[in-house]
Amino acid sequence: MADKNEQTMNLTLKVWRQKGPQEPGRLVEYKVTGVSPDMSFLEMLDVLNEQLVSRGEDAVAFDHDCREGICGMCSLMIDGRAHGPDSAATTCQLHMRRYKDGDTVVIEPFRAKGFPVVKDLVVDRSAFDRIMMAGGFVSVGTGAACDANSILVPKEKADKAMDAAACIGCGACVAACPNAAAMLFVAAKVSQYALLPQGQAERDRRALAMRKAMDAEGFGHCTNEYECEAACPKEIKVSNIARLNREFLRAAVSAD
Amino acid sequence: MKLESKVPSGPIAQKWDKHRFDMKLVNPANKRKFKVLVVGTGLAGSSAAASLAELGYQVEVFCVQDSPRRAHSIAAQGGINAAKNYPNDGDSVWRLFYDTVKGGDFRSREANVYRLAQVSNSIIDQCAAQGVPFAREYGGTLSNRSFGGAQVSRTFYARGQTGQQLLLGAYSALMRQVGAGTVKMHVRREMLDLVVVDGAARGVVVRDLTTGALERHAGDAVLLCTGGYGNVFYLSTNANASNVTAAWRAYKRGAAFANPCFTQIHPTCIPVSGDHQSKLTLMSESLRNDGRVWVPKTKGDPRPAPQIPEDERDYYLERKYPAFGNLVPRDIASRAAKQMIDDGRGVGKTGLSVYLDFADAIKRVGEDKVREKYGNLFDMYHHITDENPYHTPMRIYPAVHYAMGGLWVDYNLMTTIPGLFCLGEANFSDHGANRLGASALMQGLADGYFVIPYTIGGYLGATKLPKVTTDHDAFKEAEASSWERTKRLLAIKGRRTPQDLHRELGKVMWNDVGMARSAASLGDAIRKIPEIRAEFWKNVSVTASNEEFNQTLERAGRVADFLEFGELLAKDALAREESCGGHFRVEHQTADGEAERDDEKFTHVAAWEYKGEGKEPVRHQEPLVYENIHVATRSYA
Ligand SMILES: Cc1cc2nc3c(=O)[nH]c(=O)nc-3n(C[C@H](O)[C@H](O)[C@H](O)COP(=O)(O)OP(=O)(O)OC[C@H]3O[C@@H](n4cnc5c(N)ncnc54)[C@H](O)[C@@H]3O)c2cc1C
Ligand code: FES
Repeated sequence: MADKNEQTMNLTLKVWRQKGPQEPGRLVEYKVTGVSPDMSFLEMLDVLNEQLVSRGEDAVAFDHDCREGICGMCSLMIDGRAHGPDSAATTCQLHMRRYKDGDTVVIEPFRAKGFPVVKDLVVDRSAFDRIMMAGGFVSVGTGAACDANSILVPKEKADKAMDAAACIGCGACVAACPNAAAMLFVAAKVSQYALLPQGQAERDRRALAMRKAMDAEGFGHCTNEYECEAACPKEIKVSNIARLNREFLRAAVSAD
Repeated sequence: MKLESKVPSGPIAQKWDKHRFDMKLVNPANKRKFKVLVVGTGLAGSSAAASLAELGYQVEVFCVQDSPRRAHSIAAQGGINAAKNYPNDGDSVWRLFYDTVKGGDFRSREANVYRLAQVSNSIIDQCAAQGVPFAREYGGTLSNRSFGGAQVSRTFYARGQTGQQLLLGAYSALMRQVGAGTVKMHVRREMLDLVVVDGAARGVVVRDLTTGALERHAGDAVLLCTGGYGNVFYLSTNANASNVTAAWRAYKRGAAFANPCFTQIHPTCIPVSGDHQSKLTLMSESLRNDGRVWVPKTKGDPRPAPQIPEDERDYYLERKYPAFGNLVPRDIASRAAKQMIDDGRGVGKTGLSVYLDFADAIKRVGEDKVREKYGNLFDMYHHITDENPYHTPMRIYPAVHYAMGGLWVDYNLMTTIPGLFCLGEANFSDHGANRLGASALMQGLADGYFVIPYTIGGYLGATKLPKVTTDHDAFKEAEASSWERTKRLLAIKGRRTPQDLHRELGKVMWNDVGMARSAASLGDAIRKIPEIRAEFWKNVSVTASNEEFNQTLERAGRVADFLEFGELLAKDALAREESCGGHFRVEHQTADGEAERDDEKFTHVAAWEYKGEGKEPVRHQEPLVYENIHVATRSYA
């Protein structure tokens, strides 16, 4: 099937290449030709990689999986912006119609102390899993649940909890933050449970434990820059951070 | 090979209770001594791993992504079924059971489906207790909606992100156990082989995807929860890494592969826009609750949709299936779209799509209400196509979506290799020839939360397993053969990328083994696939080395397996001389183009046995016996 008759583009890419965690990295320039405006950004990288591999060169490593904005696997700083220029979208949802023929695009990994580079554009975000391990759950074993409708959740609360739970754990908030703080990620999870009756029993414990884990992973402190909210592909609001701070306070007070 | 379904005797409603009582229990102190290896962290794997660890088993878990939370289950949109009957609209365990068996076109095992319907309610309870933010009514109770192929509202949902929320629930339960030290998590690991010792599954060989190191892991049982094989068609709604590798290796080690030809083609996906396309995006079937599917009555009508007057539109699903209208099951909706397109009435530049129109719904309830229900799906559509579905109808086309086929399992979810269990989409069990919407999430979680915790005890409690360590010869052999293969891939140094060869395979699969199959097209596929395979092993280019993060190598390994598996799929489709569910053989249709089953010859599961390299696999049959449901022609008219 032919692409739409629209004109294809030629682009110059400057891509961060780094062989491994301990190796030095640098920006390498590539030309990609025949880019259709209907391609997604990752499909454009596929084109580059197919060109590289058929020439016998090593492909550019980048994380991706669902390619529809939900798994949180894709990342990339595109011209200095986490997930590129579109708001409320992941890199895999960015389409090449955003660009024009002759553009130069700089592509780098998410950078943060908590996210060491694995290779090229791939980083290690396992710190998020360790934060979740510390308290991102309701302790209810399989089989121990009561009838679902015996827990009533007002619709407004359920909706707000869902807004927070929409986090895909991609790490754009960390990459966009000048302090590489992970507050928005932690706030989203803590908020989800703080809003729901199911989360009440472990509310204080959870807030403290997740914060402790977050600090231990070397993420920075929040100085209210709001860059996280702007970069979040799921539009998670910084008001969740305010809630997280209240949860810390609450927990600290009740721990006394 | 013997296929013993191990379905318990007695009335269907009591089988599971009776079985749970009859099975051996493992006492709490002994559970600690057993190690279970769980491959995959989707709904099936995460829920199983968490539940088994809670029971006291030692659990080790593997997944290919960088976090268990990213398994492909995350992408499910529409919802999960349960027989709660909260809306009081006539649902029951029996009705869910009946609908699922009928929806599967009478090609699933009754007892398994009944159990699925039975445990469905506990799943909702469990997920709600975990804090899954399901949609709610103003009074705080759970909301339901009707979903593809059902006349009752039994689907629970969390906006258009139900899979995400259910998976995050299961993931949180899993992470709680990892934190507690009862589960050891191994991310970025790909299972490359199964290790069988004295006829029982005792371990796996995995590749560490960041360093290339091969690792051996031994255990007392292995659970494959590795998802579906839809990507054998290259383009599908599956995530990029979804693969058949783990299941295929198990097949080659002696696990029967059941009904590989039963693949689901989903009717509402965003159409293909060009050769560069790397995946197809699903538009949730929930959209069919409010959207109306149509094409122009005239062939090749060049007018844009809004200019086509009402009486020149063919709302063909409403016309052909008045009782179900736009909500007919997927296989039927997909085939009807294909008929319209084959008839020259497709729309859009390529003519390869049909309209899904919300104009009436927007008129009826307003744009805001529509946005509240489907906002994220509309946005997704807008992002991808650059067209605003609030103003012009969506264009949709069928795409490969789900694998009903998979490793053969008995009632206990055990494959033909003792100790090897298979859960979730990777097994064949509950959906027959066609899966109803919102029932895969249900099945994955049923298998993981509520079936395997019992049946694994039944196996471990009743089996004497000698101690096996990773220096056993079987481990050495499995590791050596994985390494051989990797070396071979790296040594070819050809000119074609794995992706390019995958694309070529996908074209053959879609054209010859896709929505409509014939003996001739299948014969072509069975001839062409080995040619592509030969080309692959002669001319693939896998650059860089094994000892590093190497996505080209990963992809090549998966494509190599698809190139073998695709042929088996085609052979299965050729052997099944009937049309049923997702499997439509053009030779077997009624005068008005509906699928024609052959119950006399094909009321069975086809389970394929591997016989060795270059040898013909053998097709075994497990007869399906319907004691509770009257087998009838499936009618949605
Ligand atoms: C877009 C989309 C929407 C859907 N919507 C719905 C819906 O609304 N309702 C519904 O009921 N169903 C839906 N489905 C189907 C449903 O999501 C899946 O069938 C189900 O989630 C599969 O779960 P699983 O646990 O079996 O496998 P998956 O979630 O696919 O998980 C597979 C796991 O196995 C791992 N893995 C795979 N291979 C290997 C290997 N070789 N080595 C190690 N690990 C491996 C992966 O890393 C992953 O962790 C949808 C599917 C898609 C594609
Ligand atoms: S690839 Fe899944 S969110 Fe982008």
